[in-house]
Amino acid sequence: MSENRALVAHQFDTAAQQRGAATLGMWIFLATEVLFFGGMLMAYTVYRVTEGEAFAHASRAQNILLGGINTAVLLTSSLTMALAVHAAQGGRRTRSVMMLASTMALGALFLGVKGVEYAEKFAEHLVPGVDFHWAGPDAGGAQIYFILYFLLTGFHALHLAIGIGVIAVLTARAARGRYSAAYSTPVEVAGLYWHFVDIVWIFLYPLIYLIRVYR
Amino acid sequence: MNGESPTGLYVRVAGALYFLLGLTVACAFIDMGPFNIVVALTIAVAKAVLVVLFFMHVRHAGGLTRVVACAGAFWLLFMCVLTLTDFLTRN
Amino acid sequence: MSPHSITTHDHYLNAGYGPRSWLLTTDHKRIAILYMLSITFFFFVGGFFAFLMRLELLTPNGDLVSAETYNKLFSMHGITMVWFFLIPSIPSVLGNFLVPMMVGARDVAFPRLNLLSWYIYVVGGLFTLGAMIFGGVDTGWTFYTPFSSTYAHSNVIPVVIGIFILGFSSILTALNFIVTIHTMRAPGLTWFRLPLFIWAMYATSIILVLATPVLAITLAMLGVERIFGVGIFDPALGGDPLLFQHLFWFYSHPAVYIMILPAMGVVSELITCFARKKVFGYRFMAYSLLAIASVGFLVWGHHMFVSGQSAYAGMVFSALSFIVAVPSAVKVFNWAATLYKGTIAYHTPVLYGFGFIGLFTIGGLTGLFLATLALDVHVHDTYFVIAHFHYIMVGGAVMGYLGGIHYWWPKMTGRMYPEGWAKFAALVLFVGFNLTFFPQFILGYLGMPRRYHVYPPEFQVLNVLSTAGATILGIGYLIPFIYLIWSLRHGKNAGPNPWRSTGLEWRTPSPPPVHNFDEIPVVTTEPYTYVAEEEQRE
Repeated sequence: MSENRALVAHQFDTAAQQRGAATLGMWIFLATEVLFFGGMLMAYTVYRVTEGEAFAHASRAQNILLGGINTAVLLTSSLTMALAVHAAQGGRRTRSVMMLASTMALGALFLGVKGVEYAEKFAEHLVPGVDFHWAGPDAGGAQIYFILYFLLTGFHALHLAIGIGVIAVLTARAARGRYSAAYSTPVEVAGLYWHFVDIVWIFLYPLIYLIRVYR
Repeated sequence: MNGESPTGLYVRVAGALYFLLGLTVACAFIDMGPFNIVVALTIAVAKAVLVVLFFMHVRHAGGLTRVVACAGAFWLLFMCVLTLTDFLTRN
Repeated sequence: MSPHSITTHDHYLNAGYGPRSWLLTTDHKRIAILYMLSITFFFFVGGFFAFLMRLELLTPNGDLVSAETYNKLFSMHGITMVWFFLIPSIPSVLGNFLVPMMVGARDVAFPRLNLLSWYIYVVGGLFTLGAMIFGGVDTGWTFYTPFSSTYAHSNVIPVVIGIFILGFSSILTALNFIVTIHTMRAPGLTWFRLPLFIWAMYATSIILVLATPVLAITLAMLGVERIFGVGIFDPALGGDPLLFQHLFWFYSHPAVYIMILPAMGVVSELITCFARKKVFGYRFMAYSLLAIASVGFLVWGHHMFVSGQSAYAGMVFSALSFIVAVPSAVKVFNWAATLYKGTIAYHTPVLYGFGFIGLFTIGGLTGLFLATLALDVHVHDTYFVIAHFHYIMVGGAVMGYLGGIHYWWPKMTGRMYPEGWAKFAALVLFVGFNLTFFPQFILGYLGMPRRYHVYPPEFQVLNVLSTAGATILGIGYLIPFIYLIWSLRHGKNAGPNPWRSTGLEWRTPSPPPVHNFDEIPVVTTEPYTYVAEEEQRE
């Protein structure tokens, strides 16, 4: 019991109160993130409505296979993260380390694929403000599509990278046996963040890649 | 905690998510006119709901968590809808 | 023990001396003091910009500063006052100090995040201050595109980065309050037994959490547009400047409620204590705070009536703006009803409370004029608007802040301020404020545009009156600055509860111990259980 008391910060009365507070805190932070991405999504919505044709044309430059693979990668990483949290809660050290490491690896794979996609965009002169040349009509609308593409996926990638960093720290601590049934809050809370980053991509994929795939 | 192994549940949820991913790609190849976006967003919401309920444990969570989980989305909806009242009604 | 010390108990101020004990503190009370010092500094910086503006406006010609410099002055005045003074003021100073105490907790939920929020504030503040000193920014605090994104030659990017950074300070503070209020209330302290100051902090925190991220991403997109020369908001490149305005005001209108709701919370505490009466209509007061917070998110288009926004959208926003006035009016009526048949003691804090009620009412009513589409066409971008929002932000929010500082000063420091000087300063501020801003209603109605450093000669008399008022106002702010500092050494010993107030925070010594309560109190009654003097004597 006294060992558990040491894991409860002085402002809290019980471990349950501390865990409840941490979870609520992360959910509130995720609400702020919804609105952070939301600002960009609102810009996207407005321009999708007013420049729908330009968006449809421009989106054909995307590689829906790579985007689809990346979506599957992130969905899998949410699975491994959920399994990691479960393992940490059960005090299963090896299992939690493996699942956390898998999540990191999948996240890194996503970033790698994203890097390939970005490189393709540079090669095709589709980077507004740096190197942009649009041969077709609606160059203004196409430019806006690509700015929003880089903003949305860029901020998403940044959040993903931060998530990988956080999970790296958790993996190291899990390896040292830090998490158990009595205390696994950091892993749970990181899991919430990771799933949120996955959900953002769940929306970005159809909005960016699947505007008009059919001919 | 019920007797069902969460591992099995998580794997089945992931399976559902892959299915929905395949579905959204398949639907993208079909010309449904203005309904393409409706279908795509509906599937995306379905995926998000699965992640929120099962991976983020909102299925077992109290009212406060559910309210906070929805709050961001609601506020985003207000922002987009009211802004569109401008963009959709200009001459 | 220093010879000037008047207390014999251990408290948060003497629990460790030296810079490290302050700069590495996680005690919410010390963090509140750190914030108080920081925002006071920025208040005087913003006031300095205003002083230069009012000097220029003494004469109709542009003889003190150039037009470009004047543009920088009003921009930097707005940016400093809004983001580095008003928004943090009551939440980060009084909120940080009082929220844990009023809910019967030992600290906020995340004390280290609390300290981090102050450091983030300082970093954002220094960044912005540096940008202002080394060139300034001239876009107005509203950063409208395409001027800010394409044509301005001033330090837009550094200022925008500073404000972006500052946003995280707001978000962390608010997150802390929401979690603390939900999860750390003392036994028996149900929601409807909470003081209205807590309800106000809760409602404000909800706004902070939901609105600030939109400001962050909007400024980020502005930065990207400016650095990379892309066209999200630039019509020449296919973008829409009104999109920027929608995104900006989605945050900035709720921001004004961030500035006023905490002051309303303070006023409820002051009126009840100094009328010795429980508040009239407690539940309506609480619900009104939540209503203002939520409906306040739906009215932002009233800043854009003449921008080119669709007239239909204008009608929707106008109607919603009328609706949002209702809960504020409910509060004013309920304060009046609380005072009715109360036993009023005219101490300084409640004098600020009275000032708030009167001036906020004027400001709020003129808001209705501005919400009226046809009227707004005439007075938009004139001094009428400036007078309106200064009545609310200075006559309302700043008076609320000062009232709160005076009310809780004995609790925070263990000292009383000199009552005579305090009353005098409150009077000077009230007179100075009205002399500064009432002429501006008239100027605006007569057609004087805002953000101009020159004006037609027939407006000079009113401008001179306004500048005279501003001078008196400035002196009025210096007086408390001096005597509050003086009181730290020479003020009377306050004791635990000099106002005989019923709040939980008064059940501790003054200044409070580090952990606030030796024993967490158990709450069994509603707040404001004041008993009339005659009943007490029976």
